[in-house]
Amino acid sequence: MHIVECVDINKTYHQGKVEVRALKGVSLAFEKGSFVALAGPSGSGKTTLLNIIGGLDLADSGRVVVDGNAFDKMNRSQRADLRLNKVGFVFQSYNLIPVLSALENVEFVMLLQGLPPAERRKRAKDILDEVGLEDMYDRRPAELSGGQQQRVAVARAIVSNPSIVLADEPTANLDSSTGKGLLEIMKQMNEKKNVTFIFSTHDNMVMDYADRVIYLRDGMVADDRVKR
Amino acid sequence: MYLQMAWRNIWRNPRRTTIILLAIIIGVWNMIFLGALTRGMEAGMIKNGISTLTGNIQIHHKDYRTDPVVENSMADPGAMEAAIERILPRGARWAGRVRVNAIASNARNSSGVTLVGIDPEREAQVSFIGQAVEQGRYLMPKDMYGIVVGKTLLDKFGTKIGHKLVLMSQDMDREISSRAFRIVGVYRAEMAATEKEFVFVTLPAAQQMLKIDKGISEISIILPDQQDNRRTASALKDEFFDDTYEINTWRELLPILNAYLKLSDGFMLIWYLVVFIAMGFGIVNTTLMAVFERMREFGLLKALGMKPWWIIREVLLESVLLLLMGMAIGNILSFLSISALSGSGIDLSSLAAGAEYVGISRILYPAIYVRDVVIANLVVFVLGLVVSTYPAAKAGRFTPVEALAHT
Amino acid sequence: MAWRNIWRNPRRTILTISAVAFASILLVFMLSFQFGSYDAMINSSVKIQTGHLQIQAKGYQDKQSIQRVVPHPDEVGEIVNSLPEVDAYTFRAKAFSLVSSKERTYGVVVTGIDPAGEAEVSTLKNSIRRGRYLSQDDQNRESPQALVGKLLARNLRVGLGDELTVLGQGRDGSIAATVVKIKGIYSSGLDAFDRNAIHIPLKLFQDIYSMQGAVHQVVVVAKSLKDVSEIKKTVSAGIKNIDKKHFLTVLDWEALMPGLRQAIEMDLVSGVIYYLILIMVVAFSILNTFLMAIFERTQEFGVLMAIGTSPGRLTRLLLIESLSMTMIGIITGVVIGCLVTGYFQIHGIDISGASELLSQYGISGRLHPKLSLLSATSGPAVVLMITFLAALYPALKVRGLKPVEALTYV
Repeated sequence: MHIVECVDINKTYHQGKVEVRALKGVSLAFEKGSFVALAGPSGSGKTTLLNIIGGLDLADSGRVVVDGNAFDKMNRSQRADLRLNKVGFVFQSYNLIPVLSALENVEFVMLLQGLPPAERRKRAKDILDEVGLEDMYDRRPAELSGGQQQRVAVARAIVSNPSIVLADEPTANLDSSTGKGLLEIMKQMNEKKNVTFIFSTHDNMVMDYADRVIYLRDGMVADDRVKR
Repeated sequence: MYLQMAWRNIWRNPRRTTIILLAIIIGVWNMIFLGALTRGMEAGMIKNGISTLTGNIQIHHKDYRTDPVVENSMADPGAMEAAIERILPRGARWAGRVRVNAIASNARNSSGVTLVGIDPEREAQVSFIGQAVEQGRYLMPKDMYGIVVGKTLLDKFGTKIGHKLVLMSQDMDREISSRAFRIVGVYRAEMAATEKEFVFVTLPAAQQMLKIDKGISEISIILPDQQDNRRTASALKDEFFDDTYEINTWRELLPILNAYLKLSDGFMLIWYLVVFIAMGFGIVNTTLMAVFERMREFGLLKALGMKPWWIIREVLLESVLLLLMGMAIGNILSFLSISALSGSGIDLSSLAAGAEYVGISRILYPAIYVRDVVIANLVVFVLGLVVSTYPAAKAGRFTPVEALAHT
Repeated sequence: MAWRNIWRNPRRTILTISAVAFASILLVFMLSFQFGSYDAMINSSVKIQTGHLQIQAKGYQDKQSIQRVVPHPDEVGEIVNSLPEVDAYTFRAKAFSLVSSKERTYGVVVTGIDPAGEAEVSTLKNSIRRGRYLSQDDQNRESPQALVGKLLARNLRVGLGDELTVLGQGRDGSIAATVVKIKGIYSSGLDAFDRNAIHIPLKLFQDIYSMQGAVHQVVVVAKSLKDVSEIKKTVSAGIKNIDKKHFLTVLDWEALMPGLRQAIEMDLVSGVIYYLILIMVVAFSILNTFLMAIFERTQEFGVLMAIGTSPGRLTRLLLIESLSMTMIGIITGVVIGCLVTGYFQIHGIDISGASELLSQYGISGRLHPKLSLLSATSGPAVVLMITFLAALYPALKVRGLKPVEALTYV
């Protein structure tokens, strides 16, 4: 069973008087537990596709089904619920809530889900340990390095046991060794917990880690290579 | 944790928060402190009105108020006394008086006055005169020819204690009756007009002079609790249900004061609203700025699955905390400044004539009415919340994509 | 450039301008209202009894003894009449006497008035409710007429046409007595006035009370309140010539009704305090706007400074921006304030619920705010000053910025 299915996705943006066709009839399917990179130059539509898969945005036409739920049939509230429970996000920057500590940031999603405080705390601590941030529980984002912030973001994305984790150019702001460290961790999570990771990137290093690379160009799938 | 978040969010920009807090604090202080001063002024006016003979409730012959002559006296107060004693709440005090227009004259001068015949001991508990005598002495029950006058009258007549003062008035037979009294005491009152108007003799002296036997013109009642006026008055009205008598509360006896007080209530509410509008601009502005600054954060929250309604609630919670803080400090500041002033009051002696013209005492003490404080706080809190809904709604409306794309 | 900068964030700018405008409108209206009431109060009180000025014998104001007279009133009248600022003047004489009806006797102040003169000086003629005012013919002794206050008439139990006996003491100590018929009943709204006085023709009074042509008060009404001190000076000087023994004195309305002036002062002072605090609240409200407008452009300032703008120049630029915003607010506020106030000036505000209260102080049931240069500008001027101070604070902060820090400010 495919964890994510996209059928004939079309999306057009209107910037003032200019029309931009970001996605033209994109159809893709993703396997559970895969580690996939969406690659392509800027403007190719990868971020748009990611937003649509994650339910942050609605396609103009076509169907998106995530873990059996069809986004196009849902209202905003239902999509929000789905994002809460099924989808984890890691953005390029600005991932964390500035006024909360690392621990609290990770706890936040579970708070929204309604889990009791004791359990929240335990799971948050565990996951932070797993990403190697045992000493950073109480630090605010401003007190963490770029790489550490991203790791907290990954921890938060994972902790709610989502079906998929979507990452939009997560390593773009990091130097190469830190970025590598981050990818290692994400790969670990992917393997340990069997969570599907879908990235958008134009970083070759990221693409090396992926076991499938989908090339997008001008809003259409140009190439689709499975490595293993 | 929402509460924590809201609290921390407020203090992200301490200077901004402090400034808007200052606006709220000053506004609340203005409302409560200045309000207390105004109420203090009113309380002074009421006290003046009541203690200058009016009392909380008065009983008269039904025609007396339109025609305050001796014929409209209550002939047999004794019959009423028992009933009055029964009805009045504990701690209430009352006294009967004779009160008529008269002319006071001595060799040099004559003037219209109000002659008041009192029972000295009872009267001392009911009106100001018992404590007001500054020179000479107060009246004693057996005084048949002693009279106590106000300082202003004394000066106007150019006379002194021990000298004669002749009083003329119309008696029961419609004849002019006159009697020579000797000035035994001089009193001071809040207002010079009072001192010029009222002269006091004993009840028996007045009754004898006016030939009204045991009759009295009015009964003045002081109630221990200011609130009971109407209830007690109705109880009395029920008791004396034949309409020989008229029973009035001070509000009816001093309609001008009453009207002024009602007007004042209205003005105060309007002023509260005005002050709120002044700070309201700041509240909206500041909250709006804070919201726009955090657009990306709101986008993030939404991406994580937070519903718009929760975001709105979060922003409103921040406003609530801000308002509560401002209100708390503003209230404390108000109470501190009021208690600082309660000791000495504000001295208006340099504007004494003006104070008298308006009818207030020379020293102004602030007076807190709980109702005012509650209303002021409610206005700030409720309206503050209302105006905060605009920025809060804006926060909830950011779609994640727009917000996250915003640099 | 300052102009464009203001409109970078329209919503915020509009809120700020509105706050300032609101404060300005409020102040224009309230101050006009206050000043309007004061003038109304003064002029009304003055017209009922005291006039703007009076010439009296020294000491009469304190002790109204019948002996303290103005002996040659016509001479004084000439001096007064020669002044263009004087609107009208008249003579009055008073004595405390017993007045009896069939059923009652009261002590009242009997006032002798010159009917024609009095009509121009006070509102007595207009307050006649029943019957008629005194005329010049009533000055002869054959049929003495009197005007009685409504409350007094009620207390005496008399009506039009009834007779009253007047009994008092004349200037020379002799008995003064007469019988008068009630020609008119008046109601001025001032209880004290309606209860304690009757008015008879002056010549009659002078006859009965052996005044030898003297009066007690020369009452003067000025064309406008502003002229009062001028008139007082000139009349005092003029009087010195005829008043060799310094018996006479000139009193203005403030001396005649000291309470009124101070009551007004009190009201003014308390009003000022309220308003000042309100303006402070507004200032703090908009302070944040000014601050934010500056802080979000820190990077920009860094660039400006890097290319050579001096801190002083920068501060000035910011001040111009802030002040422009404030000025728009103030001008809008003043204009709207004047319009609103002007509307109410013509139509008045109805507070009939409190009209009994106000009639005691001589104001009618409708209040009219009075727009004047002072009321329209003083409030907004203070708003301008205080908001200028508020704008100054952030503008000065800019001085301390170091270009490098500013450029990299996030």
